[in-house]
Amino acid sequence: MNHMAIAALKTQRRNLVQSMFDEGVLDNQFNQLQDLQDSSNPNFVEEVIALFCNDAERIITELNRYLNDQNVDFSKLDSYVHQLKGSSSSIGAYRLKLACVNLRQASEERNKEECAGAFNSIRREYYVVRSKLQVLMQLERHIVNLENQQ
Amino acid sequence: MAAQGRHGGKKSNKMTALVVDDNTVNRMIHHRLLDNLGIENVAVVNGKEAVDIHCSGKTFDLILMDMDMPVMNGIEATRQLREMGIRSMIAGVSTRSMEREIREFIEAGLDDYQEKPLTMSKLISIIHKING
Repeated sequence: MNHMAIAALKTQRRNLVQSMFDEGVLDNQFNQLQDLQDSSNPNFVEEVIALFCNDAERIITELNRYLNDQNVDFSKLDSYVHQLKGSSSSIGAYRLKLACVNLRQASEERNKEECAGAFNSIRREYYVVRSKLQVLMQLERHIVNLENQQ
Repeated sequence: MAAQGRHGGKKSNKMTALVVDDNTVNRMIHHRLLDNLGIENVAVVNGKEAVDIHCSGKTFDLILMDMDMPVMNGIEATRQLREMGIRSMIAGVSTRSMEREIREFIEAGLDDYQEKPLTMSKLISIIHKING
């Protein structure tokens, strides 16, 4: 029975990952990350994702703070977005990376309104990629648990 | 291009590398990439720490140098390391795409430049330049 359950979960996982690629939520860099995981580092992807999320949430909080200032410090804003863009790109969070590019653009133009809009996109894209990755990691754990029971 | 005299480190023929990057996620990924290739590596968070670690007497076969970092950026760090006489392979890694900016980085003393994000194949091509 486990055998069937494992197969079903693997199909679910495959479909989820494919949909994330199809929607541009992830790009090929995510494959690079998966390739770095092996038996000597079986939790690598999960660890990187956890680190990424921690970092991203810290940055989003800071961005929100700076954007709510009367006089927006655009250069501080830019340096935070640069960090988030870098991390997003490194884990393959494609749409989130693009949202960061937009915020950098708006920040360069010193356009507070556009920055606010771009920031909302960042927040939205971050929560999309985070929630899908969380589901993915749950599926992975479930599969590993069942496989270990075999 | 072997490292010049390892002072008080492990005596081994393993390649060594220094990761210079202010981004935690990148440091973790670069560390893993290098580990997978059997390359002993250490990470620092900005150009000044990269210079300081060399001042303390450590040398590395390979330095992966990010460009944009606080305190001291990759361009300045590369310049200083070369002025100090460091001949290690320095590979710049950056997200910058403007030719002018990349050229400035290369002219500071890089042996190679790769656009981020770093992948296994990009890293292997850097390493071939050391051995080739």
